[in-house]
Amino acid sequence: MLKLPIYMDNNSTTRTDPRVVEAMLPYFTEQYGNAASRSHPFGWAAEKAVDDARDQIGKLIGATGKEIIFTSGATESTNLALKGVAAMYKKKGNHIVTQVTEHKATLDTAKRLERDGVQVTYLPVDKFGRVSADQVRDALTDKTILVSIMMANNEIGTVQPVADIGKVCKERGVLFHTDAVQAVGKLPIDVQAMGIDLLSLSGHKMYGPKGIGGLYVRKKDPRVRLEPIIDGGGHERGMRSGTLPVPLIVGLGKAAELCRSEMADEIKRTYALRERLRSRIMDNLPESYLNGHPTERLPGNANISFAYVEGEGLMMGIKDVAVSSGSACTSASLEPSYVLRALGVGDELAHSSIRFGLGRFNTEEEVDFVSDLVVREVTRLREMSPLYEMAQAGVDLKSIQWAGH
Amino acid sequence: MPYSDQILEHYNNPRNVGSFDAKGENVGTGLVGAPECGDVMRLQILVNPATGVIEDAKFKTFGCGSAIASSSLATEWLKGKTLDQAMDIKNTEIVEELALPPVKVHCSVLAEDAIKAAVKNFQEKQEARQPAEAAVAG
Ligand SMILES: Cc1ncc(COP(=O)(O)O)c(C=O)c1O
Repeated sequence: MLKLPIYMDNNSTTRTDPRVVEAMLPYFTEQYGNAASRSHPFGWAAEKAVDDARDQIGKLIGATGKEIIFTSGATESTNLALKGVAAMYKKKGNHIVTQVTEHKATLDTAKRLERDGVQVTYLPVDKFGRVSADQVRDALTDKTILVSIMMANNEIGTVQPVADIGKVCKERGVLFHTDAVQAVGKLPIDVQAMGIDLLSLSGHKMYGPKGIGGLYVRKKDPRVRLEPIIDGGGHERGMRSGTLPVPLIVGLGKAAELCRSEMADEIKRTYALRERLRSRIMDNLPESYLNGHPTERLPGNANISFAYVEGEGLMMGIKDVAVSSGSACTSASLEPSYVLRALGVGDELAHSSIRFGLGRFNTEEEVDFVSDLVVREVTRLREMSPLYEMAQAGVDLKSIQWAGH
Repeated sequence: MPYSDQILEHYNNPRNVGSFDAKGENVGTGLVGAPECGDVMRLQILVNPATGVIEDAKFKTFGCGSAIASSSLATEWLKGKTLDQAMDIKNTEIVEELALPPVKVHCSVLAEDAIKAAVKNFQEKQEARQPAEAAVAG
């Protein structure tokens, strides 16, 4: 039986896998020791649990457990990576290279660093949302200390050529950070093969709990050092103080282990669901467009624009389905998504976009229900749309002098 | 943010969706908003020129649910009103009737603009016709 509402917003967050919750529970009520307590079994048990989780996470990305620093989430991880490198390597240089469709966690951190005198290059992307390794190479100067390019975009699902970029960074001896929040657990990652020095990940995007994240910090070739942003008891090799949230860490570890052991099947499954959804919608709706890269994209992500229909209006019509829209029709912000804009998607099509994020718990039945509903509602709203009527009558919408407000 | 029942009712069962021939003598058309801003409303009135009463109204809207509901409500209110009464409709009345949240107040403003634009368009057409008719009569 189909249960409403249907969750298809897995790029926003994911359901915590029940197996993860189960693994966490004893660490609230039985093994509740402080992982830093060296003098009793409660502390030892907690420390062991944390170390096991580190290993589980390390294994998922080709790192060692010791290279994982726990944080409150990827926003903090990225803040620590960028600010930590900028402060630690300021004698070496003051230039950072990133790109325009990064998550705000990166862009706003970069902006703050700019106010503190760091120079930041924001590379443009192509119409699919990609940067190239050549673009990165051309942007490097002898003052560049860090390149930060995300592995996969949260809105459009585009996957960046991270391994090529990592190679360029290695050649030039520049540190490479990647915001891999959307990719960890969804795509195979190997920090060695990809030349990654720092990597941000987040529990709640990979069927783990909210409020926990990690930063991979390379220990060897080169040993990366970071100036901490949070001072205190010197936890996490001094890079991030604060008592470790053991249950959350155990949950993140378990989530990583599940992602790793089930990845091959899960990629196939979510990809098949995504393609089923995409084709059932797009084959039945002329003038619908896939945003992002056609093939180099996250298996579960489909971001589609429906010409002549406004995204938020459409969301009301499919209100039993949890999705996101690239449109923000509020008086505070009439701006559509900066990511879609960066691809050169026109504002009117950006306002018409819906992001579907499929994940571990979606079913084929849900996909069929959602695709039928979307086709029906887009058709209904087009009948109600003056733009659709004008376009059908052959009016060039661009020729009209719109009275914007 | 959950939507009010009134918004949902108009969104799910919009009143008076459609169009009149914009060239029609007794038709006034108001087209406001812009696609790149995320909403466009087209509101049309059919006026009895003898009485100045709006006999019918239609709309089509590209926009969020609140924009659709605001224009649907506007067409309901316009029917049977004189042009002067139509010009008196305030966006705040739409806000109240639909319980629009603060971030959606601009949708009601757009609906008021559309009403005024439609009335103005009808009046301009009438004025443009006056001299011609006078000539025929003379
Ligand atoms: C690409 C990307 N980076 C960073 C973040 C921030 O992660 P967190 O919610 O763990 O702070 C998100 C999630 O919103 C994301 O999608």
